[in-house]
Amino acid sequence: MTTEHGPSVTTTTTPRRGTRALLEVRDLEVSFATDGGVARVLDRVDLRIGEGEIVGLVGESGCGKTTLARAILGVLPTNSARVGGGSIHFQGESLLDKEPDTLAREVRGREITFVPQDPFGSFNPVFTVGAQIRDLMRWKSPALRGDRPPMGRRERQRADHARVVELLRTVQIPQPEQALAKYPHELSGGQRQRIMIAMALLPEPKLIIADEPTTALDVTIQAQILKLLRRLAEDHGVAVLFTTHDLGTAYEICDRVTVMYAGQEMESATSEAFFNHPAHPYTRKLLDSLPSRDRGLRGIPGEIPALVKPPPGCRFHPRCDRATERCARERPSTETLGHAHGVRCFHPTRPGAS
Amino acid sequence: MKLLVLVLNRTFWFFPTLLGLLVITFTISHVIPADPVAFVAGDNATTEQVEALRKQLGLDQPMHVQLYRYVLGVAQGDLGVSLYTLRPIAEDIASRLPATLELTLFAVLLSTLTGIPLGVLSAVHRNSVLDHVLRVFTVSGLAIASFWLAILLQLLFAMRLGWTPLQGRIDGFGPDTVTGFMIVDSLIAWDLESLGDALAHIVLPALTLTFPAMATIVRFTRAGVLDAINSNYVLYEQAMGFPRRAIVWKYVLRNALIGTVTQIGLIFGILIAGAVVVEAVFDWPGLGLYAVQSILQSDYNAIMGFTLASGALFIVINLLVDIIHGFIDPRESR
Amino acid sequence: MDTLRFLLRKLVEDRVALLGAVIIVALVLVAVLAPWMATHPEDVSEFHPQIRLQGPSAENFFGTDRMGSDIYSRILYGARITITIAVIAIGASVLIGVPIGLVAGWYHGWFSDALMRVSDVFLSVPQIVLAIAIAQTLGPSIENVILALSATYWPFWARLVYAETRSLKNEVFIEACIALGASPLRVMTLHVLPNIASSLIVRTTIGMGGTILTAAALGFLGLGPPAPSPEWGRMISESREFLPEAWWYATAPGLAIFLVVMGFNLFGDGLRDILDPRIRRSRRHDD
Ligand SMILES: Nc1ncnc2c1ncn2[C@@H]1O[C@H](COP(=O)(O)OP(=O)(O)OP(=O)(O)O)[C@@H](O)[C@H]1O
Ligand SMILES: [Mg+2]
Repeated sequence: MTTEHGPSVTTTTTPRRGTRALLEVRDLEVSFATDGGVARVLDRVDLRIGEGEIVGLVGESGCGKTTLARAILGVLPTNSARVGGGSIHFQGESLLDKEPDTLAREVRGREITFVPQDPFGSFNPVFTVGAQIRDLMRWKSPALRGDRPPMGRRERQRADHARVVELLRTVQIPQPEQALAKYPHELSGGQRQRIMIAMALLPEPKLIIADEPTTALDVTIQAQILKLLRRLAEDHGVAVLFTTHDLGTAYEICDRVTVMYAGQEMESATSEAFFNHPAHPYTRKLLDSLPSRDRGLRGIPGEIPALVKPPPGCRFHPRCDRATERCARERPSTETLGHAHGVRCFHPTRPGAS
Repeated sequence: MKLLVLVLNRTFWFFPTLLGLLVITFTISHVIPADPVAFVAGDNATTEQVEALRKQLGLDQPMHVQLYRYVLGVAQGDLGVSLYTLRPIAEDIASRLPATLELTLFAVLLSTLTGIPLGVLSAVHRNSVLDHVLRVFTVSGLAIASFWLAILLQLLFAMRLGWTPLQGRIDGFGPDTVTGFMIVDSLIAWDLESLGDALAHIVLPALTLTFPAMATIVRFTRAGVLDAINSNYVLYEQAMGFPRRAIVWKYVLRNALIGTVTQIGLIFGILIAGAVVVEAVFDWPGLGLYAVQSILQSDYNAIMGFTLASGALFIVINLLVDIIHGFIDPRESR
Repeated sequence: MDTLRFLLRKLVEDRVALLGAVIIVALVLVAVLAPWMATHPEDVSEFHPQIRLQGPSAENFFGTDRMGSDIYSRILYGARITITIAVIAIGASVLIGVPIGLVAGWYHGWFSDALMRVSDVFLSVPQIVLAIAIAQTLGPSIENVILALSATYWPFWARLVYAETRSLKNEVFIEACIALGASPLRVMTLHVLPNIASSLIVRTTIGMGGTILTAAALGFLGLGPPAPSPEWGRMISESREFLPEAWWYATAPGLAIFLVVMGFNLFGDGLRDILDPRIRRSRRHDD
């Protein structure tokens, strides 16, 4: 494991990786029962993540990023959410067909781990950080995997502890042993999020789902943490699904970007193609409305539709200049424009046309 | 640090609060009644007899002197003498305290051991049949008059079915007194017959007291667990694939219990209040029965002693609860 | 008006709270209509020893008591006593507690601290203990029960209002009122009170249940209105020597207490869900 790596993480735009699909979401539909009726929050969403690939999922607040992340993990709110259709395949296996217990035991926290949006509330307040990491390792230690040589419990715990301390150092927690003895409220938000990232790496997963991992933090710390996440993901060869409102950060750290609008994914492309040759009218508007690279997604004309009674067909059509009557009738299927560049639009801007 | 400050603060206020309580009870018992002595001495007493009794009890002194003497006495653990038996009240209370403590602690034990798991289950399976049944149960627990419940239990289990004794604390002499707790003492003496007898006697009064206490615990535990279940840390633990049982019974429960513990003071309030009438119904020789007997005998001094003693007990319990809370809630103790 | 309609609609939706409201309304109706609903209205003070301790029948729905009086009629009249005690005692507690809480919460200083310390002293013993001491000294009567209950329950309202006033004082709109030169009295009555009204109403409703239970306990201990008053707690205590044969004697008044307290508790819980936005939010997760 190399921990030293150059700072040049900002310009990786070529799809070096991601040849084999690690995660494949197809036609996923999720709805919520709300006071006002059934909200169709995800409408036939496709998403693909290759091995070791860092994919950014961008979209305005409420477009369904967290819902998609939770659906993949299988932790949608049990009492209100329903998966209405579609499939989620991870390493070729269908996650939706697995027993909840199997999913919790064999996939979550082992093959797929999670970095939450809220480092303040995501630690259990009444246990020390060390106790929580110990429990994570008790159930998810890589040493427990079938393909590893069996170890005695003591031996395993010692090895795990050494790894925890080392990884905490890697995420720049200065005195790991002391940090482990502390309660979450005794650590700063940045420290907690670094520890969360370490915890996401500890089980040696194939995929990390990071749901807006930095929105709760200071702007100055945000960049540090994101670079750390990117570097570690590269070092460990882990794929990352990274959710954000912020196109700037998505550009900086992602290999590929998928944009969502009102519960539908619109376009998916390498970062370079996404920013240089956007094909979907929504993506174009989005990029046009950016005053500068590092501003969030704000202000394009019109309103985000309510998801209880969304516009039929392509949900963006009421706000789209190019919309035709067909757009209001059916949802476009994905059109492949170039290498790994897919767009869901009947009237995309083709490369070279702009 | 915070915990230390809290404990010091509470300890500091212990004596002023008790003094305030003392002043209130003193006012109630000495200022309001027209002439307790004449009442106690009875209608047939001559004026001389009444005066002699008055002098003996120190009630011929001016009010402030009486108060001063009373405070001085209480400071030395002397609560005066009963107007009725002329026995020292402090001794009476001390001899009856274990019975009440045994009963209330038994009820606390019963209600926490059943209430906490039920509260968790009710939250985890919210809106299930179990949850609805428990809701009816908790609402009734807080609506039922404990003396009525006591009588109903007596009617059914003691009178009709004959499963338990009607009243009292033990038949015969019971084990040698070591702790004053019948159950513990008979265990120490390994007197199984007394143990069974003590348990048979305590079961109905304890159940009566347990019902409302358990209702409170179920309610608070359920609310606490629901809060925790909807929290981000539970989402995180689920997303990281922690076993469901560990999430509920370790991570969630620990958080919910902290809230429940703060309610134990309230529960003791319910229990002490309940004990007064429940002991009267079951003839349980504790503080409550003492209070009721004193009421019937218009024994102002004894009632005052009882009020002070239960106030002190209540304050101490609340102090203990704060300390326990400080220990188990890391956010408090550091 | 709109808030009232909103309240009513929510109440109708929440069937449990509605049940509570129905029970309370029924209690009031029973109390008012007792002379007409009772089958033997004269039995509140008249005795018929020759038919004592008869079981329930078409003539005496809930049987007769040790004096041969009709228990059903006595329970109806008992509702009057219960309502009188609960309403006046709670009313007095509110009238004492709210101003004390307002003043103590509004002004800082030793006087506020002292007021709150005094209320702490009252809260340092279970209510029934203090109520027993007071009622016992004053002698058994309905007025003295009311006095004892008011004297022991006011600190609850003082505490509640104190806490809410303290936190409201830091709200921008209250600070604005002060800055605009409104007198404290005006701000307190026109701005603070309306804002704490909902928690006050909830607390008062739930407090009713507790007060009725305590009042019944006092009656049971012989500290309530004297015989032959049809006070429910007293009726239960009278019934004890005739158990287990005259089971109806104890059952009917106990059920009456249970129903009424249940009514107030259910209604109070429902009101809290409707009025308290904090709890409302967590309820939504819940269902
Ligand atoms: N538990 C729930 N019950 C009902 N509706 C929900 C629930 N959770 C989310 N929604 C709805 O689903 C939609 C998508 O929510 P989601 O949290 O996935 O958005 P998001 O893209 O993550 O937004 P943000 O950037 O603000 O985190 C929203 O309209 C939201 O109102
Ligand atoms: Mg989100």
